[in-house]
Amino acid sequence: MSDALLEVRDLSKSFGALVVADAVSLSLRPGARHALIGPNGAGKTTLVNLITGTVEPSAGVILLDGHDITHWPQARRVKRGLARTFQINTLFRGLSVLENVCMAVSERRSLSARLWRRADARGDVIAEAMALLESVKLDEDAQRQVRELPYGRQRLVELAIALGLHPKVLLLDEPAAGVPSTESHVLLEAVEALPESIAVLMIEHDMDIVFRFAQRVTVLVSGAILTEGTPAEVGADPRVREVYLGENAELHGGRR
Amino acid sequence: MEQPAYQNPLRTGAIRPAELLPWLAAGSGFFLFPDYLQLGAQILIMVLFAMSLDMILGYAGIVSLGHAALFGTGAYTAGILSAHVGWSEPLSGLVIAGLVAGVVGFVCGAVILYTRGLTLLMLTLAVTILLQELANEQEHWTGGDDGLQGVVMEPLFGVFEFDLYGQTAYLYALAVLFVMFLAARAIVNSSFGQSLRGIRENERRMHAIGCPVYRQMLRAYTIAAVMAGVAGALLAQTTEFVALDVLSFERSGDVMIMLILGGTGRLYGAFIGAPLYMILQDQLAKLSPEYWLFGIGALLVATILYAPEGMLGLTERLRAWATREDS
Repeated sequence: MSDALLEVRDLSKSFGALVVADAVSLSLRPGARHALIGPNGAGKTTLVNLITGTVEPSAGVILLDGHDITHWPQARRVKRGLARTFQINTLFRGLSVLENVCMAVSERRSLSARLWRRADARGDVIAEAMALLESVKLDEDAQRQVRELPYGRQRLVELAIALGLHPKVLLLDEPAAGVPSTESHVLLEAVEALPESIAVLMIEHDMDIVFRFAQRVTVLVSGAILTEGTPAEVGADPRVREVYLGENAELHGGRR
Repeated sequence: MEQPAYQNPLRTGAIRPAELLPWLAAGSGFFLFPDYLQLGAQILIMVLFAMSLDMILGYAGIVSLGHAALFGTGAYTAGILSAHVGWSEPLSGLVIAGLVAGVVGFVCGAVILYTRGLTLLMLTLAVTILLQELANEQEHWTGGDDGLQGVVMEPLFGVFEFDLYGQTAYLYALAVLFVMFLAARAIVNSSFGQSLRGIRENERRMHAIGCPVYRQMLRAYTIAAVMAGVAGALLAQTTEFVALDVLSFERSGDVMIMLILGGTGRLYGAFIGAPLYMILQDQLAKLSPEYWLFGIGALLVATILYAPEGMLGLTERLRAWATREDS
């Protein structure tokens, strides 16, 4: 698997006796659409935090595009093409939607050390951010403050900021979380329209979304991988039904 | 050339007509209040000091109760240069004081900015207290409790003497404030300034988009330190005296109250808050020497309750309300 964009080998993390990641291995090729599922508390978000560098792993290796990034600071990983979104909106609420995306674009272009030139004179940054907003259908709201937007549209800003970083690998932490199902289609369309070259790892609870989106599915239980396979294989696995889908066997809903 | 369909949608750095007002006021103050120019110069100095606090508090979101440490460093540097070294040329003294304060700010910031919240607040406070104790101890250099005597200033540019009426002091402070303001304005409207706003709004996200947060904050802290140091040096030079209270906790508190009264994160908050606070203090102290603090306190409580974003925030809200009525 040397052509993998992101490779996680035997990644472990424990806080004292509590094991939150137990020898997790994952591999994403360019263009991968990979879903990470598991019951609450399985350690899905922790895994994202380990990969992005907000949490230091106890053991294991993370490779990004062939580089060992296991001990890199977070900012350096981002510069190498690793971006994430958050399960709970983590935005610049007092700034406009456009400014939110400009923040990511100018950071990617390493402009944030520039002390003198006016930020609003950078037409290239603004044009790029506007194009991004158009691509997620947020251009109408460009000038509005983020805190004025409905939650579902804020989720789109969350995605647009990550895209402004031009990621090679994108980690989506429950992109449709908190969005009413009547509105989630806008988000899903945006996720489905992501550039094909990006490798995407998506944490998701909703099995409909997983079946629609993913080529492969990894099931995480108590910090360890239970199984990995195509959506159909995972859906047919009785162990998965037991630990994750057991109570009301929602799985049939996902077969479309 | 293909024109984008929108016109400069950020407009954060464009000059608005209202921005001329404080400068017109400061300029005309020179002619309108010839008897108050000494107080006027001190107001301008506090405006600069409050503006430097705005750089870190209003833009980067660093809450410091020890900003006087940098003000005092600048004041003592300029004072000692003249009184002990015999270096009494004001402009170069100002530059040296600013640089020394910048170095102190950089070193302190490098430690302090590893922390957040209450710890950071306490560390800023501790640094000020340490410096004040140091100044108190080193009587030979600082004059200790009696203050630093023997500061004399050569004429500005070799021509303009620092007179008793404070004319030179006032214009000198005004010119320095203007230059510092232009720099601060450019900085907060730059990509760097935007990134400071990002840190204030959501530090976690700034990490996640690859921003070297610590480095950005340290830069801001150092820039603010230089400005605070210049303000302190101006006070030492225009009053030809340095008292121990330039390093006091009260001064850190005063400047924060001024900034909150005026409004944070706007740069111009300092231009409203500092004069408001100091004129009120002057007038209330005449009215009631014992209870003037009560008036300041009442104003602060009213501001926090009814105009949490300061006087500038209040006028912005009123204007938004008025234009809504119009349409």
